[in-house]
Amino acid sequence: MLEIENLEVSYGSIKALHGVSLKVPQGSIVTLIGANGAGKSTTLRAISGLIKSRSGKVKYDGEDITNLPAHKIVAKGLCHVPEGRMVFANLTVEENLRMGAYLRNDKAGVAEDLEFSFQMFPRLKERIYQAAGTMSGGEQQMLAIARAIMSKPRCLMLDEPSLGIAPMLVRSIFEQIVAINKERGITILLVEQNANLALAISKHGYVLETGNVLLEDTSEALRKNPQVREAYLGG
Amino acid sequence: MKQYQSQLALIIALAVSLGVSLCSSSIDDYYLDIMLNVGINVLLAVSLNLVNGHTGQFSLGHAAFMAVGAYGSSIVTLEMGAAMIHVFGGHGWFAEGLTFLIALSIGGLCAAICGWMVGVPSLRLRGDYLAIVTLGFNEIIRVVLQNTSGDGPFGGALGLKGIEPYTNFFWVFATAAIAIYTISALVNSTYGRGFLAVRDDEIAGESMGVNTVRYKVIAFVTGSFFAGLAGGLYAHLRTTISPEGFNFLKSVDVVVMVILGGMGSTVGVILAAVVLTVLNEFLRDFEQYRMIVFSLLLIVMMIVRPQGLLPATVFQRRKQA
Repeated sequence: MLEIENLEVSYGSIKALHGVSLKVPQGSIVTLIGANGAGKSTTLRAISGLIKSRSGKVKYDGEDITNLPAHKIVAKGLCHVPEGRMVFANLTVEENLRMGAYLRNDKAGVAEDLEFSFQMFPRLKERIYQAAGTMSGGEQQMLAIARAIMSKPRCLMLDEPSLGIAPMLVRSIFEQIVAINKERGITILLVEQNANLALAISKHGYVLETGNVLLEDTSEALRKNPQVREAYLGG
Repeated sequence: MKQYQSQLALIIALAVSLGVSLCSSSIDDYYLDIMLNVGINVLLAVSLNLVNGHTGQFSLGHAAFMAVGAYGSSIVTLEMGAAMIHVFGGHGWFAEGLTFLIALSIGGLCAAICGWMVGVPSLRLRGDYLAIVTLGFNEIIRVVLQNTSGDGPFGGALGLKGIEPYTNFFWVFATAAIAIYTISALVNSTYGRGFLAVRDDEIAGESMGVNTVRYKVIAFVTGSFFAGLAGGLYAHLRTTISPEGFNFLKSVDVVVMVILGGMGSTVGVILAAVVLTVLNEFLRDFEQYRMIVFSLLLIVMMIVRPQGLLPATVFQRRKQA
């Protein structure tokens, strides 16, 4: 569904990605793990058009979407939940969710998905009229994910959904990520520092190091790989 | 009925301004002048609020767009006014009104085009950088106008004089009402949520499918258009304009109104424009200390009430209940 070939990205004169290639098959969950500065977030940002890549190709559903403007990529059904949550702090929860459906015209479908979001994260319904900026980190992350679902994506890219969130909430958020994948059939590309958890819910994984793909394998095999255990899973 | 509420309010506002205008001869000239100043400042503040408040950009060049509108419309009435009135059937309220309407629109359009030319390249910049570019544009307009030939259409450093005093109560408040209506309708629509998205978080907006650059340009061009109208009204009220009248301090005046009223709150900004304009009259005897008082007022506001007089949130949570 999503194919990246030899993606190269530079920030000024510093190269952040030295030709990253990866494949996300339809209906799967694929994980991208790696240390800080490995280029995980950069990869997602380049795919979703938030930054321009220098060379390489991004193909979505067989269509070349390399360096299209971000809003056009969202319109194609590829939605990115950026790192650090990034909710619209001054808008209410409901307004945030409706903002997610910004590109949609089907009122009935939007209402249905709003209901689905509240089923998925009942906490959001309790806080429907609260300004998003006043919620806890975990709640904001739920909102960011639900908001992305509101855009009715076929493929979702999540950047560090566990970052800075209470462990209790991390578990429930990951359960919902699996549910989104299973029940709605949304393909997911997940970037995580918490490699253990990410590899547990995904089929396939890539290990990124300083802008290169170091390893790729099934998540099962990666979890057993001594190199990965040493570096990312705490021995 | 509810959906027509704002249209109804607009029509009432237009009717009232026409009514007051018809009996404006019975109002004391001094007070009438203050009221017209209030109206023009409301127009400026509301239009800047779309850029600085709702869309969260920081423009410091509103006076430049006002200048473009003032010069544009004045040149039309000075150079072609007599001919146009003749074509429209000779002197009378209809011909003069139509001439003024055309002149104002041309002034506004010139300002909007300038807004577009400045906005498209510079709105890729954020925060302070945009402030510097718009500040620079403000100075460029002023300096260019100042250095034009004294005999040319722009009048050089002395500016233009002998502009017809077309501006009256109706024109000022009708324009202000239309601006308030247009900008509120724009911001409160589904489409308008894009402005708020740009203000709150550009990256999140982009990743939700909002074309942030386009929204910023629309806000900037719309804001410039209304600033241009304000300039045209100002020129035809004062009957003389000079480049000095549109300096950096004029832009700061408008920014102060927006900040004091509460960024993004239309009601707050209108209130601030009224209060500051009237305050200005009271401070006329202390002319040279005016800016000191303004600065102190701003500092006190920032400490005591940083969200402004009437912050936007008060009105935004309307759907709650």
